[in-house]
Amino acid sequence: MTKLSSADVRKLARLCRLRLTDKEVELYQNDLSAILNYVEILQKVDIKGLEPTSQVTGLMNVVRPDEVIDYGASPDDLLKNAPAVEAHQFKVKRIIE
Amino acid sequence: MSWEPIAGLAEKVQAGQLTAQELVEKSLKLIDEKSVFHAILSVTAERARKRAKEIDEKVKRGQKVGRLAGIPFIAKDNFLTFGGKTTAASHILEPFDAPYQSTAIEKLEAEGAIVVAKANLDAFAHGSSTENSAFGPTLNPHDKTRVPGGSSGGSGASVALELAPFALGTDTGGSIRLPASYCGVVGYKPTYGLVSRYGVVAMASSTDVIGPLAKTVEDAALVLEVMSGRDKFDGTTIERDKADYSDFTKDVKGKKIGIVKEYFSKGLDKNVRAIVETSIKKLQKAGAEIKEVSLPSIDLALACYYIIVPAEVSSNLSRYDGQRYGLAIKDAKDLDESYEKARELGFEAENKRRIMIGTYVLSSGYYDAYYKRAQTVRTKLINEFNGVFKDVDFLVGPTAPTTAFKLGENVGDPLKMYLADIMTVAANLTGIPAISVPAGEVNGMPVGLQLMAPQRADRPLMAIAKCFQEVSK
Repeated sequence: MTKLSSADVRKLARLCRLRLTDKEVELYQNDLSAILNYVEILQKVDIKGLEPTSQVTGLMNVVRPDEVIDYGASPDDLLKNAPAVEAHQFKVKRIIE
Repeated sequence: MSWEPIAGLAEKVQAGQLTAQELVEKSLKLIDEKSVFHAILSVTAERARKRAKEIDEKVKRGQKVGRLAGIPFIAKDNFLTFGGKTTAASHILEPFDAPYQSTAIEKLEAEGAIVVAKANLDAFAHGSSTENSAFGPTLNPHDKTRVPGGSSGGSGASVALELAPFALGTDTGGSIRLPASYCGVVGYKPTYGLVSRYGVVAMASSTDVIGPLAKTVEDAALVLEVMSGRDKFDGTTIERDKADYSDFTKDVKGKKIGIVKEYFSKGLDKNVRAIVETSIKKLQKAGAEIKEVSLPSIDLALACYYIIVPAEVSSNLSRYDGQRYGLAIKDAKDLDESYEKARELGFEAENKRRIMIGTYVLSSGYYDAYYKRAQTVRTKLINEFNGVFKDVDFLVGPTAPTTAFKLGENVGDPLKMYLADIMTVAANLTGIPAISVPAGEVNGMPVGLQLMAPQRADRPLMAIAKCFQEVSK
């Protein structure tokens, strides 16, 4: 039985940049533990000799020429949704003092 | 029926017997009249009217207007569209105004179709009931106390309510087929990669597909025909068939259909079972050869799914950070707080649950035990499907173990909610096409029959589905 501690959930939330209330920590402790216990059934499966699959249609290394193509939106179009813009760039909070 | 078959309707617009403007106004009026079901999050009325007018003017000038001329449709609100919002039913994308359109929408527009509205969904398509929408659930058109299924619940309800001739959905683990089953419409999940996902809010990139929900198989096939094919903006797209997906002979004689034994075990509602069994007999009577097949690993599919999909979700949803678009926390004291607050306020509980599970299974020390193992069991599942498809042309079973459940019934019990997808996830993990076709009703609630085919056998699957539609009338 996997049972996540409140510290586990807080650490996980921090890795995900999610802020949780104490009540949420308790809720997710139960939910996440239940889900992890459900997927335990995979541990007993015989997978000897099998490789993992991450792409189902067999495509490999899909490449295109390294050239500028029109994606239907200009940098200006993309900046229209930005909360803050300066010098034609996304502006974020200061990182280095 | 409010709408004639799409092909005929478009021909009338092409011939000037009907106008695109009339069709758009009709759809907008129906959307307004049926707003109590909350199938729709926003309408794109202004742009729709403008496009309809342009199409009608082209017709007058004798110009070509396309195979879907003037046909109004509804897109799930995770498709990027002009002329309105694209929220993915989340607060974090509430202020987002799409700077470009998805390829699927562009292709439909190029053939004259017109987006009139955006449909409700579980936020970021995480869910099986539409109850995870940040803007409130959609109600089932057959019973307002029940869910429409999810995550494309707004799309399924829209088609059942006949708000437009068709709607678009996305299917990562059953999100087109489940609402189709619960709402009594046709829902089609194509082969992985057949339709470009460029400009659609990503959920789990190794299983996400785009597909139509419609009243009939023919309508769904025509929409697929227009949308499918390689796209330079989506490297996962595959070559489409040269033949038209909407042009097929519906002959079922001699076709071998496998009944998936595992889908008829415990957990399947006995009334749903009876309808599915009757449906299979109808296919047999029409000339199909029926045999029972076994896919032992199918019982593991849901567990695989709830590792692989959250893992991909945690990665795909890391882009929502409140910096470049969407909800922004302007008074945050530092960068970190601006990330955390935007994500705290912008995501729904199920989004957070999946992001955390995904982060857990991908984290150092757990990766091999969870993620890599799930991807390997996935190979086992794929091998079993490949083996069975050497013997049969199609697989058949129920789309879901029950009819639509009550609103609130599974809220607060994520695992119970996940079980609604138990019969649909395997098609996503293996990349095969699958369709849900209305098969009957239990106490007034629709039941869907699910048919599946090998990868790239989308045309034969449409043909057998059409045949079933005919014999089940």
